[in-house]
Amino acid sequence: MSAAASRGAAAALFTLLVFALWQVAVDSGLVSRVFVAAPLSAFEVMIERAANGSLWTTTGATALRLFAGWVAAVAIAMMIGTAIGNFRAAYEYLAPTLEFFRPLPASAVIPVAVLFLGLTAKMSTAVIAFGALWPVLLSAMHGFANVPRELREVAATLEMSRARYILTVAIPSASVDIMAGLRISLSLALILTVVTEMQASLPGIGYEIFAAQRTFRSADLYAGLMTLGIFGFLINQALLLSERRLMRWRAA
Amino acid sequence: MRASWRSVVVPAALLLLWELCAALRLVDLEFISRPSHIFAAGISGLADGSFFHATWQTLEACLFGLSLAIVVGVSLGIFLGLSTIAEFVSRPSLEGLRSIPSIAFAPLTLLLFGFGLPMEGLIVAYACLWPILITTIAAVRNIEPRLMEVAAALEMSPVERIRKVVLPAMLPRVLVGVRTAAGFALVVSVTVEILINPRGLGYGLIVSQQSLRIDMMYAYLVWLAAIGLLVNALVRLADREVVT
Repeated sequence: MSAAASRGAAAALFTLLVFALWQVAVDSGLVSRVFVAAPLSAFEVMIERAANGSLWTTTGATALRLFAGWVAAVAIAMMIGTAIGNFRAAYEYLAPTLEFFRPLPASAVIPVAVLFLGLTAKMSTAVIAFGALWPVLLSAMHGFANVPRELREVAATLEMSRARYILTVAIPSASVDIMAGLRISLSLALILTVVTEMQASLPGIGYEIFAAQRTFRSADLYAGLMTLGIFGFLINQALLLSERRLMRWRAA
Repeated sequence: MRASWRSVVVPAALLLLWELCAALRLVDLEFISRPSHIFAAGISGLADGSFFHATWQTLEACLFGLSLAIVVGVSLGIFLGLSTIAEFVSRPSLEGLRSIPSIAFAPLTLLLFGFGLPMEGLIVAYACLWPILITTIAAVRNIEPRLMEVAAALEMSPVERIRKVVLPAMLPRVLVGVRTAAGFALVVSVTVEILINPRGLGYGLIVSQQSLRIDMMYAYLVWLAAIGLLVNALVRLADREVVT
């Protein structure tokens, strides 16, 4: 216990040291204030924004955008993945076409989406949904392809219907792979959220960072980056936590 | 995997339907273009060399960023892998930094370096650093303890220990991280180009859209998918060469 506590204290101390060195470097004029804001001024901006409420509204806007796109991505990926993973015909007709789209960088569809939907929130959701669906789709296909043979044989002996087999055998068996895909797709979705906010001037943390740079408010820029870091860390932890909850039956 | 006629049914039917709708003026050509025009735009892009020029600019940034990430990630990873204390103490700072998505740094690097290769390469390097760093730390931790004991018994110097024991033992695992990073590099560089940096394939894509050269935009998109396939195939090939 005391060893863990002292290690934790050392880690906290190191983090503080990094911030202190950064602060000193700015204060002493070693780096220019125009480019690098002092951490204390960035914190000040964050506290001010938290007090006047703008921190919560921008973070909320980003969170909403992120989840709308991500949930759509997961739903589409699970539908296609289940079809391709469990029906031979779907695999033969669709997999090669998907194989061509897969290596396309997710952001490359932004110009196409802007063309059809304009610089709107709809465009952002469409880009996030398209970009974030691939990790889930691939991991679902991998998971369904690797359902243990014994399980498949049991299902056949019990004369399960295809739907029952998918729901009670295939999806639980593929869930570990699917979870790994969900994690990758969430961080991809966050990247695309920030990119589309910057591209289309949609309200949120990404746009705040972009606007701060254009007006040379470096303290605001660093405050935005820190907010984004904390937000990204929290949603990842939340996903890990729910994964541990959902996967508890496996450990036993 | 067995190639079958079924694999071309869906794309061929879609392309045919698209061409037909365009020919019969059922869709607005200004928005949708048509496959034959896109094919012609692609040929002209290849013929005047603009595709190759843009591809080189994008790949240049990928290579620059990936090499920087390998150098920093592997050396920092060896250090943090060998020193448990350093790894533990720096973990919260690194985890915090890692939570910031790479693209969010685009405005900052623009402020620091202006447009061009360095800003784009640095963002690619940042994105590629994390998978390499994490796999390197894990690889060093997983080195057979007996090997390290032998190195200690032989009284090897730290430099010798890293060169003769650590590097060879960790290489296969580190390559897994490098492969993941190589996949990130293309995505990140194209994204930066679409967003702000006026060079490379991403810029070609967004400029074609903004100047309403829709056929050229789709031609860039198809070309980009082909480049993506090529990069994937190369990484897989390099992987097989090293493993066997």
